[in-house]
Amino acid sequence: MAIFIDENTKVLVQGYTGKNGTFHSEQALAYGTHVVGGVTPGKGGQEHLGKPVFNTMAEAVATTGAEASVIYVPAAFAADSIAEAADSGVRLIVCITEGIPVLDMAKIHDSLQGRDVRVVGPNCPGVITPAGENRGCKIGIMPAYIHQPGSVGIVSRSGTLTYEAVWQVTQQGLGQSTCVGIGGDPLPGTNFIDCLRAFEADDQTDSIIMIGEIGGTAEEEAAEFIRDHVTKPVVSFIAGRTAPPGKRMGHAGAIISGGSGTATAKIEALESVGVRMAANPSVIGATMADFRKERGLA
Amino acid sequence: MVGLNPRPYPMKIHEYQAKEILENYGVRVQSGVVAESPEQAAAAFEQLGMPLAVVKAQIHAGGRGKGGGVKLVRSAAEAAEEAGAMLGMMLKTPQTGPEGQKVRKVFVAEGLDLAQEFYLGIALDRRLGQPVMMVSAEGGVEIEEVAASNPEAILRLPLDPRQGLLPYQARRAAFFLGLQGGTFKKALSFLQGLSRAYLELDCSLAEINPLVITEDGEVVALDAKINFDGSALYRHPKVAAMRDVHEEDPKEVEASKFDLNYIALEGNIGCMVNGAGLAMATMDTIQLHGGSPANFLDVGGGAEEENITEAFRILISDPNVKGILVNIFGGIMRCDVIARGVIAAARNVELKIPLVVRLEGTNVKEGRQLLAESGLAISPATSLDEAARMVCEAVHALA
Repeated sequence: MAIFIDENTKVLVQGYTGKNGTFHSEQALAYGTHVVGGVTPGKGGQEHLGKPVFNTMAEAVATTGAEASVIYVPAAFAADSIAEAADSGVRLIVCITEGIPVLDMAKIHDSLQGRDVRVVGPNCPGVITPAGENRGCKIGIMPAYIHQPGSVGIVSRSGTLTYEAVWQVTQQGLGQSTCVGIGGDPLPGTNFIDCLRAFEADDQTDSIIMIGEIGGTAEEEAAEFIRDHVTKPVVSFIAGRTAPPGKRMGHAGAIISGGSGTATAKIEALESVGVRMAANPSVIGATMADFRKERGLA
Repeated sequence: MVGLNPRPYPMKIHEYQAKEILENYGVRVQSGVVAESPEQAAAAFEQLGMPLAVVKAQIHAGGRGKGGGVKLVRSAAEAAEEAGAMLGMMLKTPQTGPEGQKVRKVFVAEGLDLAQEFYLGIALDRRLGQPVMMVSAEGGVEIEEVAASNPEAILRLPLDPRQGLLPYQARRAAFFLGLQGGTFKKALSFLQGLSRAYLELDCSLAEINPLVITEDGEVVALDAKINFDGSALYRHPKVAAMRDVHEEDPKEVEASKFDLNYIALEGNIGCMVNGAGLAMATMDTIQLHGGSPANFLDVGGGAEEENITEAFRILISDPNVKGILVNIFGGIMRCDVIARGVIAAARNVELKIPLVVRLEGTNVKEGRQLLAESGLAISPATSLDEAARMVCEAVHALA
């Protein structure tokens, strides 16, 4: 039944009436997502895209019973929006905003520790669970039409590179259970291991694609987790083999520093635990199709 | 992926600027005067009024001593002479590119009698999700080497992002370094000052290497390196004003004005991609086919015709570029819009080198048709793999 969200998930939009909030909420609604309203402080009581606008998340959750929120608030205010969402009682917060100061996120992590709420992002494309032909729960900015329901779980630090993988999987005649973009920041709220654990436990998911990139050691930690806890076949691609050390490659977290965070180290760690690496990004889907056959999956 | 002028790059500053900042946090630094000419350096020596001073080249890269960017001087005349040799030189260190970095300023600093040298730094620990202070008795060397060869020689103290270094942690660090008496106490306020500066100013790195104990028991920052979180500069205007664009690649500075994430590399195939991960993957695929990328360029998810034109202009302004690969996965960004941007840009700049365009995603048919009907010499490709192969072959054929 997919992970984190399904077609019944009720979603609130923070920064609902802004340009990004409006555009992506329209797209989500068109895909059949249960967007039940949004929050823009000072615009409470109005209606936007046919749904109610609230001044606060507390009021929005009390009125709608939403269990998830998505944040399209500018970076300077987004950490506060995450805190507001967490205190409102939603169980899932997807933060699309790029450029939140790292120390703001460190404080958020610290205050959310041990609480029953998941943050995905920031600086991520979001989470999507396709449920039918151009229909499902889409919380984020990914193009909906490239997805189709299926059994491949996808987790990635990238945006467009994820779309590439999703599209290839769809073209192979396979589909996706859930796709999670965990984002390109140094301190993501949800990491590879969180998603791998959820995919491993999910009935609908029978195989997993994990897309990583240079910087940090999240892929190496994921490799250890896969070795000990994941039985489903995992295909992976790591971007940034040619990235020079000391340069931040677009994403705040994509940097090789002090000899750590290289693509080679990540690829070796993943290969050593039986993960099938795609040699280049054009063959992620084909690699998955082959690996599935080898492992006896249709 | 949606932000207000996001700038994911850390901002670096010069040593003399870092020392200015630290002094405001009660951290004792090796003091000195900035000079931009030999005369100013001589005057700085007189002003310091000490028998010994150090002339230090001010560039953003480390390892300056190894390249001849740090010299001891014993008179105003010597200070002027060394400053004259350094100013204007292309200083090569293990951290600069092969061509080096031009020296525009020197820092004439007090000479100190050193008894001990330590390492002190604060950086983000991504695994822990918080900043960590690192202390080591092995000063003046690369901390990464110590971490690899002798990890027990480094004391790591995770910092609470709200409270910073707690008094007991500061004591632990000072005991770890074997300090005593008045020096011990001075170290405590030094350590807490650095922690406060890091957290209050949204640093991404603060490094004192070496931290020295002088013969008379003072705790002093002999060198200081601070990087700032680019995303937090909006709330630190004084810090933002310290940016020195001379230290950055001019193409990168130009690109940042148009919200383009551009990083210059050494190769000859220019690439333009939407999304950072896909941009890296594109570079990787070019190399897989025997080519060499000239740059990383992410035009972002919301690029419009103007950004695409600007991106093109920057790509072809690099004389090393012998071919261009455009790789766009149109999601929210429609392929027909991209195609119009590419066509307009290619006409605008009178493109004379091979251009391979790979479009996929929303409205891809319209996009490909526009390219085909443009009358321009654009080679279309359907997969990234094919596109990379084509541009590598085209560039190879020119050589």
